[in-house]
Amino acid sequence: MAAVLFWIFALLMLVFGAAVVINRNPVASALNLVVSFLGLAALFVLLDAYFIGVIQVLVYAGAVMVLFLFIIMLLDLRAEKIRRINWPATAGGIAVAIAFLTQVFHVIGHFKPARQIFPPLTGSKIDDVHNVGRLLFDTYNLPFQIIGVLVLVASIGVIVLSTRELR
Amino acid sequence: MVTLGDYLVVSGILFTIGFAGVMLRRNIIVIFMSLELMLNAANLSLVAFSRFHVGADGLPNYNAQVFVFFIITVAAAEVAVGLAIIVALYRARQTTHIEDITSLKF
Repeated sequence: MAAVLFWIFALLMLVFGAAVVINRNPVASALNLVVSFLGLAALFVLLDAYFIGVIQVLVYAGAVMVLFLFIIMLLDLRAEKIRRINWPATAGGIAVAIAFLTQVFHVIGHFKPARQIFPPLTGSKIDDVHNVGRLLFDTYNLPFQIIGVLVLVASIGVIVLSTRELR
Repeated sequence: MVTLGDYLVVSGILFTIGFAGVMLRRNIIVIFMSLELMLNAANLSLVAFSRFHVGADGLPNYNAQVFVFFIITVAAAEVAVGLAIIVALYRARQTTHIEDITSLKF
């Protein structure tokens, strides 16, 4: 059952991920990206990472995608006009991507643990929000505070960038 | 049964899709979306490794999940700043096509 669900959601994620790149219209790309992220959230839940799955839906499928759609509507982008395609650049891009994919398959093929199935979880109670939270406020307390400062800096930066007139 | 390798292969294919999008597309917003796809592919393999390394207490290794949490936070901040830069760029140049933006080109 889990295997069937895995392949359904993996295929969903990859097909809609490819649609993001193939679509000419940025709005369609953004909506395809939402479906791709939802498929990814389902894969996180299948891996028993419920907290990360929920965060994925809230932050990516929610906040980030609204931001993308908002900017696309603000800039009033139409579907790209078909320009003269730069064939050497396109062929080079595809060749590099295929070479990268071959490398990935080669590495995974020679990675012994990749052929093993996942060991069962024997923990008495799997409440991963509790466990991730303990780790976050205990071991990783300093990085957690630094990331708070980072978000503050980012929000101030966005306000500065969007108010000042750039020449 | 689903093996660790299946998750890694799916993650690798998703990363390649994002990579191809960055290489092939000319619209700066779609390039930005492809970057998000690549970040998410890395997250998927991190969570797969987290689930694969079951500790002595029978729970997954939560260090990787904390790492993914940090990546998601940084990515959200990055999207906000990046889109603000794109809006500023559009105000100055009225374009989102990267071949029209060549001031920094050597």
